Amino acid sequence: MDDRDLAVSRRGVLAAGAASVAVSQVPLSRAGAADSTAKPAQQAVRLSVNGKAHDLTLDTRTTLLDTLREHLQLTGTKKGCDHGQCGACTVLVNGQRINSCLSLAVMHQGDEVTTVEGLGTPDKLHPMQHAFVEHDAYQCGYCTPGQICSAVAVLDEIRKGVPSHVTSDLTGTMQPTNIEMRERMSGNICRCGAYSNIAEAMAQVAEG
Amino acid sequence: MEFNGPSQDAILTDPKVIGKSTRRIDGPLKTTGTAPYAYERHDVVPNQAYGYVLGAGIAKGRITAMNLEDARKAPGVIAIVAATEHEPVGSSDFNHAPLFGGRKIAHYHQAIACVVAETFEEARAAAAMIRTSYEPEDGTYDLAKVAPSAELEKGGWGDARSDRGDFEATFGAAAEKLDQHYTTPDESHAMMEPMATIAAWDGDRLTVWTSNQMINWGKESLASILSIPEDKIRVDSPYIGGGFGGKLFVRADAVMAALAAKAAKRPVKVMLQRPLIFNNTTHRPATIQRVRIGTDKQGRIQAIAHECWSGNITGQDGENATAQTNHMYAGDDRMTASYVTQLDLPEGNAMRAPGEAPGHMGLEVAIDEMAEKLGMDPIEFRILNEPKTMPAHPDRKFSERHLVRCLREGGERFGWSKRQAKPASVSDGRWLVGMGVSAGFRGAPTTKSAARVALDGNGGAKVTTDMTDIGTGSYTIIAQTAAECLGLPLEKVSVVLGDSAFPVSSGSGGQWGAASSTAGVYAACIELHRSIAQKLGIDPQTIRFEDGRVIGAGKTVPLSDLGQLAATGEIDFGDYKKGYDIGTYAGHFCEVGVDRYTGEIRIRRMLAVCDAGRILNPLSARSQVIGAMTMAAGATLMEELAVDKRFGYFVNHDLASYEVPVHADIPHQEVVFLDTPDPYSTPLQAKGVGELGICGPTAAIANAVYNATGIRVREYPITLDKMIDQLPQV
Ligand code: FES
Ligand code: FES
Repeated sequence: MDDRDLAVSRRGVLAAGAASVAVSQVPLSRAGAADSTAKPAQQAVRLSVNGKAHDLTLDTRTTLLDTLREHLQLTGTKKGCDHGQCGACTVLVNGQRINSCLSLAVMHQGDEVTTVEGLGTPDKLHPMQHAFVEHDAYQCGYCTPGQICSAVAVLDEIRKGVPSHVTSDLTGTMQPTNIEMRERMSGNICRCGAYSNIAEAMAQVAEG
Repeated sequence: MEFNGPSQDAILTDPKVIGKSTRRIDGPLKTTGTAPYAYERHDVVPNQAYGYVLGAGIAKGRITAMNLEDARKAPGVIAIVAATEHEPVGSSDFNHAPLFGGRKIAHYHQAIACVVAETFEEARAAAAMIRTSYEPEDGTYDLAKVAPSAELEKGGWGDARSDRGDFEATFGAAAEKLDQHYTTPDESHAMMEPMATIAAWDGDRLTVWTSNQMINWGKESLASILSIPEDKIRVDSPYIGGGFGGKLFVRADAVMAALAAKAAKRPVKVMLQRPLIFNNTTHRPATIQRVRIGTDKQGRIQAIAHECWSGNITGQDGENATAQTNHMYAGDDRMTASYVTQLDLPEGNAMRAPGEAPGHMGLEVAIDEMAEKLGMDPIEFRILNEPKTMPAHPDRKFSERHLVRCLREGGERFGWSKRQAKPASVSDGRWLVGMGVSAGFRGAPTTKSAARVALDGNGGAKVTTDMTDIGTGSYTIIAQTAAECLGLPLEKVSVVLGDSAFPVSSGSGGQWGAASSTAGVYAACIELHRSIAQKLGIDPQTIRFEDGRVIGAGKTVPLSDLGQLAATGEIDFGDYKKGYDIGTYAGHFCEVGVDRYTGEIRIRRMLAVCDAGRILNPLSARSQVIGAMTMAAGATLMEELAVDKRFGYFVNHDLASYEVPVHADIPHQEVVFLDTPDPYSTPLQAKGVGELGICGPTAAIANAVYNATGIRVREYPITLDKMIDQLPQV
C-alpha cells in the first residue's frame, strides 16, 4: 500500500457520500509489513486436553479454539464469533473458564484444558449435561457446549465465593440464586433463547 | 397420500408417544459436543483446505482492480477465486442479491474473493493482502426518505393489498379513531453457528456439507447458481446451529466453497467470519407502519387499516407487516397494503415470522392505544372484537380458534386483574412496574413432505427424510411419530435427517416444518402398514401395531420377523384447506420494571398461552416458544441494525454491537398450551409454534412499558434514551 491509497481512502470517508471518488479498501496493518512470502513462525507447545497430553508445533497465530477444533479435531468447542463476543468457545483452563478464541495456543504451555468432551460422553453424561437434556436447556445445540462449560465453572465460582456484579453481600456465604447465575452466564449468548431452561438446569445441579 | 378432509385416525384416540413430553433423542450428542455441525466434519472427506471470504468495501459500484499478487505469493496459499478473474455466478429463485457477482457490487460485504490455503491462519492473512480499488456509485439507503415513492409489493409472502367494504368512508365517520405510525428497524438473525460449508468435487459431482434449513431448495439453488444439473449435487446438513430464516437459502459460504474447491482441486471448508454475516447475508427489513382504527362508542371496530412501507434490494418484496391484520379483529370495512421501495442495502429476506413479527409491534400496540382511548380493558376490547369468521374473507371459517381462551386463561394466570389501567401508578422501590398484553396470530401453513420408514429386522425402525432440525426438535417428533404409528418404544426408532439423498421433505421454515414433516412420516408409516398387511394377509383397516408386534386376522407377529421391509410415503395437502382460515393463536403477557431514574427496562415475568393444534412434544415446543419470546424481547428492547445512510451498510456488524438478549435479560418464562388439536391441519392434527412465539410478546412488552411509565415509544427498539426526558418527575 502506498500513502496515496490511504489518503484517497480517507477522503472517500470524509466525502460522506460524494460517491464519485474512488475509494480503496486497504488493510492498515499492511503499512510497513514484512515481505508477504515470509513463512509464519512456528512454535512447539505442550497441552493437556481432557487429561491427555499433546505435543504440538503450531503457527503462533493459532488460537486455542482452532487448535482444539482443527488440529485435535475436538469439535465440541464451538466457534460463534472468533473474537470474544459470544461464549460459544468457552473451555476450562486449569479449572477457570475462558473464551478459547481469545487466547493463542502457545500461551498455554503446560496448561490443563477441559472441553465439553472431557466433562462427559453420550453414554456417561456429566450431571450438568444431564440436567441440560432433562430441562431442554438448548435447541440448535451450537451454544450448548459453551453454556455447559460456563455453567460448571459458574457454580464453582459461587462455591468459592468469587463475587459478581450482582452479589449483594460480599462477606456472607454466596448463594447460587437465579440472578447470580444469570449474571455470570451473560457472556454466553444463546440465540435460540434457552435461557429460562438453562437457569433451571443449573439450579437443579446447584441443589445437588 | 393426499390429505383432503378432517383427520380421524384411530392412533390419535389414545396416543402413547405423540403428545408426551419427550427428551430430545439428539440431546446426549448436543450436550457432549458430539453432534457434528457443517464446519466440523473432518471425517467426510480427506485433505480439506481452508477458504477465507473477502467482502466488498463499498455498497454499490464496480471493482476497478484487484491486486492479488502478494496474496498469491503468501505462504500456504493454494488458490484464489477473485471477482476480477471470474464470471459472475448465476442466480436462483431463492436469491436476490448476487452471491458472487464479478466486478459489479450490489451491496456492502458482497463476496469478492475466496482465498484457499493450507491453514485457516494462512488463508486469513493472505486475504488481508488483497488490494481492491472501486468506483463507487450513489445508492439509496434511507427508507424514510424514499418510502413515499414506494409501490405495492410484488411477490411477497402475503397479500400486497386487500380491501373489504369502504374503509375510508367508515373510518371518517367513526365515533372514536386512532391513527398512528410505528417503525421497526432492520434486524439480523444472528444465529450462533455462522454459515459454513465444506465442498468437495468428484469429477462433475459436487457434495456440500453445509448448514441449511431447506435441503431441496438448496440443491435446486446450487444447480442454478453454478449451472450444473441438480442430480450432480448432494447437500448434507444433519445439524444446524440455528437459522431463523437466515439459512433458508444458499449463501456465499456454499457458493465460494464450491468454486474454491474447484480451483484448488481439493475439498475446501469455508465459514463466514462473524463480522461479514450481517451485511453479506440476509436480514429482516425495517418497516414504517400506519394503523388506523375506527370504532363505535361501545368499542366495536367498524373500520381498520394497516399499511406498511419497507425496502429491499430488488424493490419487489419487502417485510409485509400487515400479514396478521386480515385475520385479527372484526370490522366490516378494512384495508391492508404493503408498499416496497428499492434500497441498495444488503438483501432483506425471511426472518422468523416474516411480516407478522414486526406487524404485531404495530397492530397490537395500536389496539392497546385504542382500548385506552375508549377507557376499556385491552383484553376486553380484543374479546369484544373477536371475529366469527376470517375478517378479511368472511366466507372462510376458522378451523379451530381459541384466541379468547388464550387471553382469558392467560389473564387469570398472570394476575391481570391486579393491573392498574392508569399508567405509572405502580412502583416497587426505584422501579415503575407495568403489565402488558398482546394477542398473537401466525398462520399454520403445511406443505408436501416425504419420508422413508424401514424396519431393521431386529424389531426397530429407521426413518430417513431430508427434513432438517434447526433446534426445533424435528429428530424427536419424527421418532415419536414413527414410534406411535408402528407401536414401538421411542428407543427403537432411529432418525437420519438433512441429506438430499433422502426423500424430499417440507424442510424447516415458516413454522410449517413440524406439522408437515411428521405428516410425511405418518404417510410413510401408512404405506408400510399396507405392505405389512399384504404380506401377512391382514385387512389394512383392522391391522394394529402394539408393543413391537403386528396384530390382526387372529395373528400376532413380532416386527422383527418381517425382515427389512421399507416404504416411502408422501403427504400432500388438498384444496379443501382453502375454505378455512387455519392459524395459531396466543395470548402474550409481560410485566416490566422501568428504573424511574435511568429509564432502564427489565422484564420481570412473561407468559404465553398458545392455541396451536396438537402439541407433538410439549417439552421442545415450549422451548420453541420461550426462544421466540426471547427473540421478541430483543426486537422490542435492543435489536437494531444501524444503517450508515452515507455509505450504505449496517454499522454494527458483530455480536457485541448488534445486541441480542443475554441470560441477565430473561427471567423465568411461562408457556401454556391449550389442548386444541386441529383435525383440519394434518393427519396428526398438529400445527407449528416456533413463529407464534414471536408474534405478540413484542407488543406485550411495549404495552407494559407504557403501563409502567405512561411513555409510548413507537419507534423500536424501546431504549432508555427515547424515554429518559419523559419519565415522571421524582
Ligand atoms: S467464539 Fe469465542 S467468544 Fe465467540
Ligand atoms: S441452543 Fe441454539 S444458540 Fe443456544
